[in-house]
Amino acid sequence: MSGQTDPRAFLGPDRADGTIYNDPALYEMEMERIFMRNWIWVAHRSDLPEAGDFITTFVGAHPVIVSRDRKGAVHVMLNRCRHRAATVCELSKGRTSSFVCPYHGWAYGLDGALRALPQPAGYGDLLNKSELPLVGLRVEEYAGLIFATFDPEAPSLDEWLGAARPWIDLFMKQGAGWPVKTMGEHRFTFPGNWKIQLENTTDAYHFPIVHKSFLDSVDRETQDTFDFVEGSGFVEDLGNGHSVMVMIPELVDLEADLDAPIPERFQDLADALLKDYAPEQVRRIVRAVGGSGFNLNLFPNLACSMAFFRVLRPLGVHETEIRHIAIGMDGGPESGNQARLRLHEHFQGPMGFGTPDDAEAWDRVQRGSVAGRDISILLNRGLAHEEAGPDGRLRSDVSAETGMRAAYRQWLASLEAGPGPSLPAQTGSCSHKAAGERV
Amino acid sequence: MTISLNEAVELVTLEADLLDHDGFREWLDLYVPDGLYIVPIDPNAATFEGVLNYAYDDAHMREKRVERLLGGRSISAAPPARTVRMLGRYRMLEASDETCVLRCAMTLTELRQHRLREYAANITYTLIKTNTGLKIQNKIIKLLNSTENLTAISYIL
Repeated sequence: MSGQTDPRAFLGPDRADGTIYNDPALYEMEMERIFMRNWIWVAHRSDLPEAGDFITTFVGAHPVIVSRDRKGAVHVMLNRCRHRAATVCELSKGRTSSFVCPYHGWAYGLDGALRALPQPAGYGDLLNKSELPLVGLRVEEYAGLIFATFDPEAPSLDEWLGAARPWIDLFMKQGAGWPVKTMGEHRFTFPGNWKIQLENTTDAYHFPIVHKSFLDSVDRETQDTFDFVEGSGFVEDLGNGHSVMVMIPELVDLEADLDAPIPERFQDLADALLKDYAPEQVRRIVRAVGGSGFNLNLFPNLACSMAFFRVLRPLGVHETEIRHIAIGMDGGPESGNQARLRLHEHFQGPMGFGTPDDAEAWDRVQRGSVAGRDISILLNRGLAHEEAGPDGRLRSDVSAETGMRAAYRQWLASLEAGPGPSLPAQTGSCSHKAAGERV
Repeated sequence: MTISLNEAVELVTLEADLLDHDGFREWLDLYVPDGLYIVPIDPNAATFEGVLNYAYDDAHMREKRVERLLGGRSISAAPPARTVRMLGRYRMLEASDETCVLRCAMTLTELRQHRLREYAANITYTLIKTNTGLKIQNKIIKLLNSTENLTAISYIL
């Protein structure tokens, strides 16, 4: 099916055909060539801090277990028993010493090794346990972000993230000196194609339109902060489909300008923190609580979006799961983390003041995109004044569609690279790394 | 005199009716000023301030939520979804002269943009007697599917 689909037919340099959100064969091709080839974000280090910790999640359509073994190495393994294919774990997270298939009792270690099975004599000498671990993916970590890929030929994660790495480092300053930790998530679906969501986190243009009711609900100072569409922000293509959209330039580096006045909405928090922290640390915490002034889009499934992680997962050509993961300071003040939770609830999730309006817009894009034939989706905003910087990276104004064009270039490159890899049947792992250290 | 089951049920039924019939301003008045409207994610959470919820609304946020519903500037709530909710299975968990804890079940049907959706929830109300009658101190709505994938809920549960 996907062999007959030509991805180039769906995309021009500054536009896409509406069928790009609707073609089932194209979707199958994306799941194989993008979600099995590119590095896919699976977890944050704080999701599995201790030996024996695990979570279950997905790489594209494939259910996986992310575990930390006794030596601290992280493993990403298909959640599929090597005997009859049953999932070996259905908990979303936990701590264990082994994964035991509920069907026939095959037991696997935290590194995926097949340790034992009932009545092995029934196989005679047909079965070599060392050849039947849970199938492992390649796994690498950068600054606490854990990624996996099926592709043994993929470049290193470092190389793949490339120019996005300094932006990840900036994003992690939201720990205010403590490590960043995840603090729960809002998870929801919308009836539309995943690329509609991929575009959204690099779309500043929609913000004052779609989020009018959110802006109505905040104070004037916050409204001014979010009034960025005609500001001095920018979008930059970071290569490999990644891009950064800087909406609030003064909140790019949260450790700069610590003398800047504390916003009124954080004054009570600042006053309370002064009881336990020095004034400079209070300013650092308060700036961290307010979140970063940029969205970093990492192709294809993660965005470090101002103050949270946005993770997308295609469920079907017309169905996408989105997670908005709250983050906070691991070891930082409870009051600061609670302020972050309340800010997250205010905008994000199915009952937030922002997300439902976004979801409505995406829903409308999906429904409208089936109208007519040969009508383009425009991706040319900001192209007229887009320029390459000294480093060769394309940049345009904050409401430009530079980030979408970057993502779609990688989309096409991935699809044109040919069929996905055959599954490696060994267990992949990476060493435990300290905060900020590169693999 | 101890707050009776009838008094408690009368108040929460009034609340349900107001929410199904766009009586959002009147709904605000059913709460005491330091009351909370909470929709948790974790069904086992006992306290909510330190964890992520779907909603953790104090008086200010309730007011904002109502303005959002009435303001016509939210594309997911213009017009708001229409809802019909049924409360039942009432049980008074605690009751005294001043306050009581009432637990009940709710089923809610929502219609928006030709899509009919169903929700079920356990609701725990803490009610308190004031000079102006019985009021809601807090309302905790535990959706049966709170840990599953939800879709946008641009109205008040």
